[in-house]
Amino acid sequence: MISIYRRRRLINAINLTASVLTTLFGLFWLTWLLWTLLDHGLPWLNMDVFTKITPPPGSAGGLINAIKGSLIMTAIAVAIGTPIGILAGTYLSEFSRSSRFAPIVRFVNDILLSAPSIIIGVFIYELMVVPMGHFSAWAGSVALALIMLPVVVKTTEDMLRLVPDSMREAAAALGAPQWKVITIVVYRAARAGMLTGVMLGLARISGETAPLLFTALNNQFNSSHLNQPMANLPVVIFQFAMSPYEDWQHLAWAGALLITFTILLLNILARYVLRTRKMS
Amino acid sequence: MSEIATTMNNTFSTMQGDESTSADDVQEPAGNLRIDASMTRSRSKAVETAIKISVRDLNFYYGKFHALKNISLDIAEKQVTAFIGPSGCGKSTLLRVFNRIYDLYPGQRSEGEVIMDGQNILSKEQDVNQIRAKVGMVFQKPTPFPMSIYDNIAFGVKMYEKLSRHEMDQRVEWALKEAAIWDEVKDKLRQSGTELSGGQQQRLCIARAIAVKPEVLLLDEPASALDPLSTLKIEELISELKEDYTIAIVTHNMQQAGRVSDYTAFCYLGEIVEFNDTSTMFTKPDKKETEDYITGRFG
Repeated sequence: MISIYRRRRLINAINLTASVLTTLFGLFWLTWLLWTLLDHGLPWLNMDVFTKITPPPGSAGGLINAIKGSLIMTAIAVAIGTPIGILAGTYLSEFSRSSRFAPIVRFVNDILLSAPSIIIGVFIYELMVVPMGHFSAWAGSVALALIMLPVVVKTTEDMLRLVPDSMREAAAALGAPQWKVITIVVYRAARAGMLTGVMLGLARISGETAPLLFTALNNQFNSSHLNQPMANLPVVIFQFAMSPYEDWQHLAWAGALLITFTILLLNILARYVLRTRKMS
Repeated sequence: MSEIATTMNNTFSTMQGDESTSADDVQEPAGNLRIDASMTRSRSKAVETAIKISVRDLNFYYGKFHALKNISLDIAEKQVTAFIGPSGCGKSTLLRVFNRIYDLYPGQRSEGEVIMDGQNILSKEQDVNQIRAKVGMVFQKPTPFPMSIYDNIAFGVKMYEKLSRHEMDQRVEWALKEAAIWDEVKDKLRQSGTELSGGQQQRLCIARAIAVKPEVLLLDEPASALDPLSTLKIEELISELKEDYTIAIVTHNMQQAGRVSDYTAFCYLGEIVEFNDTSTMFTKPDKKETEDYITGRFG
């Protein structure tokens, strides 16, 4: 009896130590990465970054055109991806209980979810850039929307499935047609979770480089033309970091810092929203 | 021929319309489980009683599983009809046919007829949402919507009525008063319905069902998840509500069936074993199975 208990405590201690160590191992690299980013990026993160456009090598400049481009394209991508994703997720969760089509949709969505983003970039290149004859912000936005879409579809479906059937029954029992049951009751019950899905999708696309390289490309100037190539943070970072010019590299660090912490913030926000939902 | 038809018509209208006719004059349709004739408790009651829902040869299937077998019975208007029986006997299933809530699930289907106000509610042409507006339902687990108490009540009302703000305020107050919860929530109508206690949530759900002014209320074990005090409140409420509504209640609690209902149906293995007025059921049931179940010898 005592020896069994002792043995169990020993195993517990070993396992606990192992899990703590592996957690620390993971955290170590993450902290190192964030630290390096702060160390190299923070000194160059000044007002110029937010006010001046990307400079030619050797002169002073900032990242405003890239920041603006990223914001514009991300916003369009979210505007395209969110409604389609929510509708598709709603279909999967609410309208396809006995359908054979739904498992196929779900499977394809899972593939899309793990598809390398460069494939999406090449796909949109073929689909939009080649027919249009030039790179454009539109193409970039559509590529980003395609990457975001499966994230929103999946979280929407998962979150809607968490809403108990008793809630749907209760609403239907009052004589509400199905679309009202879904839009008024089910969506409200799953609201925070669905919002989290959109935020996670947003976080996912704000760092994507490969699809933009094939679609929006880059622009040295401050352009708002959606039909023209548009500057964006990931591609600028890629370009500047690979360059031999030191001031470009500095800007790349500042951009990397900016983008990483924005994504971090978005993720924290999404999780916070999800937690407040669970508590209520 | 036409004379005979007229006579028959007259007889028919007497049967249907003239409620003051004594029960003895009324011919029972054959094969009908209607229990007016056997009702010895009070004649006046039998006379008052009209039929709200008639079930005829109802069969119900969950996929291949045959859950209800040839059910025929009548539910009396503005009376409480209780359904008792062991778990899985089909009593909840029967209740779920009355508002066709089973329609939400493909694979569940019914055969036969359920006639309410002269219409077969099982026919394909019937608009299910209209049926559900007329037949309210309260479930075993309280299911407040994740919205304010006020909006919980207003949700169903908005489906079929366009009320001014003032009228809606009145309706909400009326429904909450009917469900005997007004005093507890009148100062927090804007708070979320999910923040109430279990017993309050269940009364909120009853208020929500009443607010759409249904004619029938289906209660599926409405008190089984509640403490004794809340249960008592719900039972008192049922006794008051039967003044205005036809009530069908499923319960596992024998005493509860005895306390609140006028008629009781005992279900077993998808069939109605016995259906009678409650006092007869609980004092001298016809069938041995009924007696055994009621006295707790099986089930």
